[in-house]
Amino acid sequence: MSTTALTYLFVGLSFALYVGLAIWSRAGTTKEFYVAGAGVHPIANGMATAADWMSAASFISMAGIIAFAGYDGSVYLMGWTGGYVLLALLLAPYLRKFGQFTVPDFIGERYYSKAARVVAVVCLIAISFTYIAGQMRGVGVVFSHFLDIPIAWGVVVGMGIVFVYATLGGMKGITYTQVAQYCVLIFAYLTPAVFISMLMTGNPIPQLGLGAPLSDGSGLTVLEKLDATLVDLGFDEYTTGAKSRIDVFAITLALMVGTAGLPHVIVRFFTVPKVSDARKSAGYALVFIALLYTTAPAVGAFARLNFIETVHGAEYAAPPKTGGVPSFFRTFERIGLIAWVDKNEDGKIQYAAGPAIEGRPVFTGEAGPRGERLVANPPTATANEVEVDRDIMVLANPEIAGLPGWVVALVAAGGVAAALSTAAGLLLVISSSISHDLLKKTFLPSVSERGELVAARGAAIFAILVAGYLGVNPPGFVAQVVALAFGLAAASLFPAILMGIFFKDVNREGAIAGMIVGLVFTIGYIAYFKSPWFGATNSPEYWLFGISPEGIGVVGTALNFIVAFAVSRFTTPTPARIRALVDGIRSP
Amino acid sequence: MTKDQMTDKDGVPSAENPPGTAPAGAVGAETRRIYWRENIRLLGMLLAIWFAVSFGAGILFVDVLNKVALGGFPLGFWFAQQGSIYVFVALIFIYSARMRAIERRLGLEPQKGAKR
Repeated sequence: MSTTALTYLFVGLSFALYVGLAIWSRAGTTKEFYVAGAGVHPIANGMATAADWMSAASFISMAGIIAFAGYDGSVYLMGWTGGYVLLALLLAPYLRKFGQFTVPDFIGERYYSKAARVVAVVCLIAISFTYIAGQMRGVGVVFSHFLDIPIAWGVVVGMGIVFVYATLGGMKGITYTQVAQYCVLIFAYLTPAVFISMLMTGNPIPQLGLGAPLSDGSGLTVLEKLDATLVDLGFDEYTTGAKSRIDVFAITLALMVGTAGLPHVIVRFFTVPKVSDARKSAGYALVFIALLYTTAPAVGAFARLNFIETVHGAEYAAPPKTGGVPSFFRTFERIGLIAWVDKNEDGKIQYAAGPAIEGRPVFTGEAGPRGERLVANPPTATANEVEVDRDIMVLANPEIAGLPGWVVALVAAGGVAAALSTAAGLLLVISSSISHDLLKKTFLPSVSERGELVAARGAAIFAILVAGYLGVNPPGFVAQVVALAFGLAAASLFPAILMGIFFKDVNREGAIAGMIVGLVFTIGYIAYFKSPWFGATNSPEYWLFGISPEGIGVVGTALNFIVAFAVSRFTTPTPARIRALVDGIRSP
Repeated sequence: MTKDQMTDKDGVPSAENPPGTAPAGAVGAETRRIYWRENIRLLGMLLAIWFAVSFGAGILFVDVLNKVALGGFPLGFWFAQQGSIYVFVALIFIYSARMRAIERRLGLEPQKGAKR
């Protein structure tokens, strides 16, 4: 069977599985729709959380980012796992004890204020839509790469599938499909990684292969070889990195705190039966996440080394067997993820540090003297002739390593699973914040259980349509600022929840002021440097304390805490009934 | 209003809860104070380790540790891309187990939740 046929088969089978699970686990009550009836086993919830959390970005992009950033890529590895420690120790058990449906529920009740609830809903929607646009795009990219259909059609198919199981099953349906999606995505991620680790080092465990000697007889370890090769070509050493220490520190902390404050992750811990399960479940979730996150740096390092060894110095026009460039190079050039400019006109590919051309490649549609696709961009003065999109590292990995077609098909199904599971989780928190927090708890308290369930499904449909639109027409600005989602979560929701549990003295006025200051500061800073509207130069000498927009959420978080404590001191103290409520949350 | 929502099946003040799992008010205030103090102490210890392996070993002291080799890894690099993650997993399970032990010692057995 051809690779394309296998890919259709694998992706089709996985879709049938998801829809089947959704029909089997339909939600009948709002409690089932919002929190799966709070009856999910901690291990199942751990898997669902892992799938919910690991998005198209984790599955497709992360290893590529690490491959090209080396040590600097550690911010994502530590940031996106360390957040679970904060979640398990500081938030999840108490929120489970509180025992309601949404994150704004907690903030609205704890700060005895509809205004606080609405501010929390605004934060939640801003965070979740930023995030979901990328997921829908991810589904489209995977489809177009593996099945050769336009990105827009991929997005539509993805929307259809999520539509079925998110509106039908609510949290209950999503939970059981996410468990299945986790199994698909982790199998798809580990299989090629194990193969490649075997090929390169003889060690089947990628986590160990990363530190093992290469089996090419050079006597060097993977990392030594990579350091030496990169320095030869004018790059920084792989194991040290180029970012300033304070920036690495700030980004890591912002990602950790942001992870712990993401509503679609927090809400998963409302679904387990009891408080101790919430703690355990966070542990299981991190085990399942760590399986992928400790493999990713190995995949990244292997892919980078493989890429350099097969591409650098290769003859573009010659067949692969006689020193020519491997076929994946042309495959990705055809879909625009690789561009080659033969600067010295020797017909060979030179790979070196620095950009090869100015800006992202714009293809003219004409072929060059060796048959390469010409670009309209002016070449730069560097020796580098290759412009590579980092996303190809995971997608091309099986092809680079020459693995069989079923592995390629598996990676496609895994990428789709990763994107769909995260999209569904995000859709659910958006729809429940609209139907539960805005409708039931704020504007129309008289709505019946049935009416709320109808509204929840309606809101989910609305959210899917908006997400689909954003997936087909990605706003360039939003695509650049996934950092925004983490920065916002870190600067708005995390401090409000944490203070709600650990500091009884923080009151309504303090919490609202804190959230607004954190939110406005973080959006403002990111927009100032990342949007085209202000014309600011996005480089270290202009940054506040040398912290990049990716890490600025840390300052937003600090501001939120400071403002909340200060305002709480000078306004009416927290009422006694709320203090009693906090005491209740703190007891097991 | 919070109250009546929390009297859900697995919520707090419910008649379905077995004895010994009474709501906050019924447990002695002194026991609750001890429980919270021990929780905070445990949190402080674990978060110190959390900080030490990631921000300490993986970022602030990475250059010093990179002079030491662990297998084929520079040690600081290993902490940043592998070791810190393993420690994070261990921290959560240690927290979970220690909290269970504290609850058992103080007679605050976690409530039996809704059975599936």
